[in-house]
Amino acid sequence: MENRPLEYDYTVAKMFMLTTVVLGIVGMLVGVILAWEMAFPAVNTIAGQGLAEYTNFSRLRPLHTDAVIFGFTVSGIFATWYYVGQRVLKVSMAESKFLMFLGKLHFWLYLMLVVAVVGSLLLGITTSKEYAEFEWPIDIAVVVVWVIWGLQIFGLIGIRREKSLYISIWYYIATFLGIAMLYLFNNMEIPTYFASGGIGSWYHSVSMYSGTNDALVQWWYGHNAVAFGFTVPIVAMIYYFLPKESGQAVYSYKLSLLAFWGLMFVYLWAGGHHLLFSTVPDWMQTMGSVFSVVLILPSWGSAINMLLTMKGEWQQVASSPLIKFMVLASTFYMFSTLEGPIQAIKSVNALAHFTDWIVGHVHDGTLGWVAFMIMASLFHMAPRVFKREIYSKSLMNTQFWIQTLGVVLYFTSMWIAGITQGMMWRAHDEFGNLAYSFIDTVSVLHPYFTIRAVGGTLYLVGMFLFAYNMYKTMTSGRRVEESELQNASPMGA
Amino acid sequence: MNSADIATFQAYGYFFFTAFLVVVLYGYVYHLYSSQKKGTRDYEKYGNIALHDEITDPPVEEISKNDEIKK
Repeated sequence: MENRPLEYDYTVAKMFMLTTVVLGIVGMLVGVILAWEMAFPAVNTIAGQGLAEYTNFSRLRPLHTDAVIFGFTVSGIFATWYYVGQRVLKVSMAESKFLMFLGKLHFWLYLMLVVAVVGSLLLGITTSKEYAEFEWPIDIAVVVVWVIWGLQIFGLIGIRREKSLYISIWYYIATFLGIAMLYLFNNMEIPTYFASGGIGSWYHSVSMYSGTNDALVQWWYGHNAVAFGFTVPIVAMIYYFLPKESGQAVYSYKLSLLAFWGLMFVYLWAGGHHLLFSTVPDWMQTMGSVFSVVLILPSWGSAINMLLTMKGEWQQVASSPLIKFMVLASTFYMFSTLEGPIQAIKSVNALAHFTDWIVGHVHDGTLGWVAFMIMASLFHMAPRVFKREIYSKSLMNTQFWIQTLGVVLYFTSMWIAGITQGMMWRAHDEFGNLAYSFIDTVSVLHPYFTIRAVGGTLYLVGMFLFAYNMYKTMTSGRRVEESELQNASPMGA
Repeated sequence: MNSADIATFQAYGYFFFTAFLVVVLYGYVYHLYSSQKKGTRDYEKYGNIALHDEITDPPVEEISKNDEIKK
């Protein structure tokens, strides 16, 4: 035992890989149920009137968003951190009992939080703030888990052998700091039971902000949760996994540094675009629009850097499904970071706001970019952490095409639905009377809602293929030697 | 100070702050490329940190004990 050579220790990475897969399926399954509920309202009571409280749209919706954000994505961030962190810092978790303890504690507390969140949301216990629905006891626990992760990050950095921090590490640090700041400020709340001297439920709270201030803080949080949850850590992943899998060093390291600082500075000011034509000051709305458009530059800086990394190696896209996932992810990143700024332009927003086009935008970003990149990362990690080749390459290819079709059906149907909705809402006759009632829009949108549900279902089918492939890799993939793991991941037929 | 003065002050402040940030940004670009050209620092070698990341690989830039002593 004592004489064994030093190796990276992936115990904690494996634990978070498991929650990534499981919570991904749970979150997306709930999403698919919601999509069918939108198309066919009878699905709301599919389990009978008695259980309707738990199956209706409004009860399940926060469960979907929170499961895919704080469950699937955040697990994916943790799983890749516990893998990438060790490797680019060239230090093993096995070298520090304390950091290993922190890693495991991090996982088990996180799992307890997941249980608390799922339970409380199903029971309808919520602060009613979008993406910040957790009540104060859970918020405190979230902070504890986040601080433990931070200690782990900086602890590992503290004992590193590699002097320079690879660009991915910068992005992980930014994720940690960004979310810490956003979460703390947006969840400032007063427990009503204690403040009122014993009235109401002990877990209930009200936000410290109200009215326009509440809206501003909420969308500063909401938009930057997209920044520091769906962009920054996913960029961290692609900067490591694409070069590693393709065997090509990042095209321009200098551009990666520049894009990093650009993204950090610009993103934080763009949240105002969620509040265009609302009660917030006009200059703040304009600033939100302008910064959203400027945001194209740092976003495309990273995305183009990734595509250029593949320069001269494009045949890998055809031959490797893993490279396909990552190249499609970075393409969807470019696409949604162009679409977002377009929607943030005031005149476009006047049409797009509150329509399904926004929902389409969120999903081409999350399904096409975030989830594809997380799954690609896990596929790359699997042979290294389990010491087995990926069970099936053809299954990966099948999953890729099914899910790509799913995303395309999703966003195209939502484009058409959203623009139709926007046009119908604003249409009026020569006297200024509205031309359509709300229910007119609903009947016109029905086919597109159905197409969206089909697209979502296809994506979920892909998730099951992903889970099966990962399970078979773990249990029955061919055992591989260290020498096979240099770059391109070994895959069975 | 009346509200017109405040608005003027804001506008000047906004302009100069933006101009300052643009200078900082381009200064950073210049710094990156000139350091690379002069040979002060080879940024592009850090791309290899991801490629040579086995625990047995030599670090691209090692932390030496001397660094800490010098500081």
